[in-house]
Amino acid sequence: MVTDDKRVRIITGHYGSGKTEFAVNYVKTLREKAEGKVAIADLDIVNVYFRSREKKKELEEMGITVIASSLEGAGVDVPAVSGAMTTPVTNKEFQYVVDLGGNDVGTLVLGRMKPLLDPAETDFLMVVNTYRPNTSTPEGVIEQMENLEYAAGLKVTGFVNNTNLVRETTASCLSHGDAILKEVTKRTGVPVKYVSYVEELLTEDVPEGLSGELFPMKFHMRQAWM
Amino acid sequence: MAKVLMKGNEAVGKAAIEAGCRYFFGYPITPQSEVPEYLSSELPKVGGTFIQAESEVAAINMVYGAAAAGARVLTSSSSPGIALKQEGIGYISNAGLPAVIINMMRGGPGLGTIQPGQADYNMVVKGGANGDYHDVVLAPASVQEAVDMVMEAFDIADMYGTPVIVLADGLIGQMMEPVEFNYVRREGIPEKTWALTGKGDGEKHMIENLVIEPDDCEAWNHRNFDRYARIEANEQAWEEYKMDDAEYAFVSYGTASRVVRTAIGYLRNAGFKVGMIRPKTLWPFPQKAFDKWDAQIKKYLDVEMSMGQMVPDVAFACNDRTKVLFHGRTGGNVPTVDEIVEFGKEVMGGGK
Repeated sequence: MVTDDKRVRIITGHYGSGKTEFAVNYVKTLREKAEGKVAIADLDIVNVYFRSREKKKELEEMGITVIASSLEGAGVDVPAVSGAMTTPVTNKEFQYVVDLGGNDVGTLVLGRMKPLLDPAETDFLMVVNTYRPNTSTPEGVIEQMENLEYAAGLKVTGFVNNTNLVRETTASCLSHGDAILKEVTKRTGVPVKYVSYVEELLTEDVPEGLSGELFPMKFHMRQAWM
Repeated sequence: MAKVLMKGNEAVGKAAIEAGCRYFFGYPITPQSEVPEYLSSELPKVGGTFIQAESEVAAINMVYGAAAAGARVLTSSSSPGIALKQEGIGYISNAGLPAVIINMMRGGPGLGTIQPGQADYNMVVKGGANGDYHDVVLAPASVQEAVDMVMEAFDIADMYGTPVIVLADGLIGQMMEPVEFNYVRREGIPEKTWALTGKGDGEKHMIENLVIEPDDCEAWNHRNFDRYARIEANEQAWEEYKMDDAEYAFVSYGTASRVVRTAIGYLRNAGFKVGMIRPKTLWPFPQKAFDKWDAQIKKYLDVEMSMGQMVPDVAFACNDRTKVLFHGRTGGNVPTVDEIVEFGKEVMGGGK
């Protein structure tokens, strides 16, 4: 359950792993299930398209606080983040989801928040799609994980198996990712917390025996023609 | 090779490597910066060379040099950066050298926006450099097609001795799609016996570019146009979508054509007999597609992410400018499915 995760959830991963789609779905589910204040921060300083701030209005209408760049507008190509990003860390009334940019480069921005973070109330979730070339093997996942941990100064507390081929996703994709992540868990001890998939894409049943809690999602970042 | 999920910008970089390209000279610009980023790490792994030049102008002239030396060479940029490269592209074209140039277009004019656009049609398809010349222009509508076209671009470039521009937009560059890489080299690509590789004990090679006598220069132009005539005869490419019974045809390319394709589904459900001619080559423009279908088409619905730069080509292709109507968005905006459906209904009215 998303409400069982720690108060501050930092979503990270290799770029293209599907962090933003997961983070947007996650914060919506969290809003439905959690009492009190819920916030999401879009700290993506790597991408200029497909950022969660594009969904600002929709999320705010649901009662979610959205923190993005201090510079408004989808056309701004400046790696600026808002000073408000630390507020939900220190104000413990907030349940907080942080959507980081991809790779270790995107993770550097956490430096601003790091001195205020209490590891005891922080989950550092790594989204993995094993069809992405750099995370297609257990060794690749572990290398990326170590890079992210080094850049963030935090240990990954769980994986999100988000293995997919977008509109060509089948149930076997989830099994493909599961096999690789089970091996990673064996070697590192880090568990798979969620298996995420876009419901409309999956025509078959989800396979049995997958590690992690099933997390069905809806497309928020992709138009029907994408 | 199994499918992997890649961002368009990375995928075109990998496609170039698969097609045997070992040289990239470029300069970063949003929304295509992942192309140089990817190649800066991947080219050295296959013995290739990546150089971030000091400017776009320097980069395109490095491309000129590498092409003259017989290399498969790539550069990429986005709209204002491609504008800067135009002089060099014109020189490479005039020298009859093969090179591949990727343009991930963004909103314009001037510095424009970082969101996707298609307003470089005139610059790229009509030629942004001086003189009588054409570049081959390929227009992909998906990440897979961008991969396939980059590979094909190297073959076309070598086949005819010409720059080939892969004209995509920021959305194709930024979006993730599953792709596979299956490069099969075309038959009949000539050896580069002319390449400047150092004379040694061999024959003298020379790449000519300056033809200063008017009669000679005119003859030179005619030789180039013989080459263009062969390209026009052999290389026109397009997709026909639901054309068999169509009375109306959308004409759209690249990202805009994806929105149109979805809109056609809705319009077909509402009873409209409408299809699409999707140019995959913008130069040569697919005249053959229009020759084939024009008799049954009442109106053409041109949809672009520009103010209508392709309209004159569609009007020329169907030889009736009164048959061409236009809907577009520009400045970095992408049309919605709803507005294309509305445009379709407006044009087709009761013509179900």
